Amino acid sequence: MLVGIVDYRAGNLTSVCSALSYLRIDFIVGRSPELLQKCDKLIFPGVGEAAAAMKTLRSLGWDDFLKERIQGGVPMLGICLGHQIIFEKSEEGNTDCLGLIPGEVRRFDSAAGLKVPQIGWNTVEREKESPLFDGIPQDAGFYFVHSYYTVPSDSNVILGTTDYGVRFASAVNFGSLFSVQFHPEKSGRFGLRVLENFLKF
Amino acid sequence: MLQKRIVVCLDVRNGKTTKGIRFRENKDIGDPVEMAEAYYRQGVDELVFYDITASAEKRSIMIDVVKKTAQKIFIPFCVGGGLASLDDICRVIDAGAEKVSLNSQAVKNPKLIEEGAARYGRQCMVLGVDALKDDRMPSGYRVVINGGRTQTDKDVLEWVKEAEDRGAGEVVLNSIDADGTCGGYEIRLTKTVSENVSIPVVASGGAGIPQHLTEVLTEGKADAALIASMVHYGTYTTAQIKAELAAAGVSVRLHW
Repeated sequence: MLVGIVDYRAGNLTSVCSALSYLRIDFIVGRSPELLQKCDKLIFPGVGEAAAAMKTLRSLGWDDFLKERIQGGVPMLGICLGHQIIFEKSEEGNTDCLGLIPGEVRRFDSAAGLKVPQIGWNTVEREKESPLFDGIPQDAGFYFVHSYYTVPSDSNVILGTTDYGVRFASAVNFGSLFSVQFHPEKSGRFGLRVLENFLKF
Repeated sequence: MLQKRIVVCLDVRNGKTTKGIRFRENKDIGDPVEMAEAYYRQGVDELVFYDITASAEKRSIMIDVVKKTAQKIFIPFCVGGGLASLDDICRVIDAGAEKVSLNSQAVKNPKLIEEGAARYGRQCMVLGVDALKDDRMPSGYRVVINGGRTQTDKDVLEWVKEAEDRGAGEVVLNSIDADGTCGGYEIRLTKTVSENVSIPVVASGGAGIPQHLTEVLTEGKADAALIASMVHYGTYTTAQIKAELAAAGVSVRLHW
């Protein structure tokens, strides 16, 4: 098995790479789609701003590549910004996103006295059984850092939800596409387990 | 529900963990990578390495510490101390740190916060503030820099607000008065800042018993509490502290 990490210059990939090395997984980091043609699984991480990220993704041809792969049934795991821009539209910079899953991305309301971004450990309430959370207790904490949250159009895609002022979709699955708002690579033993579970698909 | 974080701080000098009181009388207490790994296994939520290496040429030792730590622990960690340019920030982040903390250098060159935030995002930029009680200042606290040795004309609350506008995603408030005393956090300081900014506040300086953490995370409205001596000398484990916090009704991560 060869795992491809999509590199579109959005944040730092060191921790994702460290986690995969620790799990003894063969991976390559691809700065362009051609480099990940042969990969059996894709990880789509990212930290940063949606509009800039989408601009880079399009200019490098990642948008078409990712659509093709998902349609072809290649398992992909989105993380953080990668979890958000797979939806159709984001309030961040009023950006048209990849549209791999119907739905949109909204900003937390800081007027409600909420600290934005949400930074820290929060739990994921399982809405649906999924092998992504195999062996992970309900009270396991995951590390979140984000100012925006996802709202899928079809609630059937939601695997787990998290409460931060609003209850939002923190883990989703649509076909071969899985994605999580938290950082599994920074969520300790249970985060690593999420990665391992995904890599078993 | 978002849980309150327990952050362990490791002061690192020439590649060794050290601990001093009010920035003086430092003594070496262990290897930072080994200590980070041990705290990771004990369920700490986050780590901070504060590089107090005096000479610039020995700073590359810290990058090595960051790289080794990133290979072994899978929780966020922050690195601060002596980061004076965007290049310095890039080196630390690329080595595997989740965040950087800017303190004196942010006061001297506030644009550095903006540059870092533009490059890596706000969530990577932590403002470290050393606060000294001073009734002449509007918030009651004065910003001091250079390890507490130099007073500035900045008011703590005004400075945190400015840094937030410039792109700081989080603030670590260290009370110079309470630091190393083990007599409790400076509650009024964290409460004043936390109620007036919208970024998370990490309380630092003064923790001696778990009750102090409970106080600052409830009454003091801090989002996270930083500890060092309490755990470095084996007085408490992270698990004991978390169990006491949970018993007092504070939401913390209990399963790791």
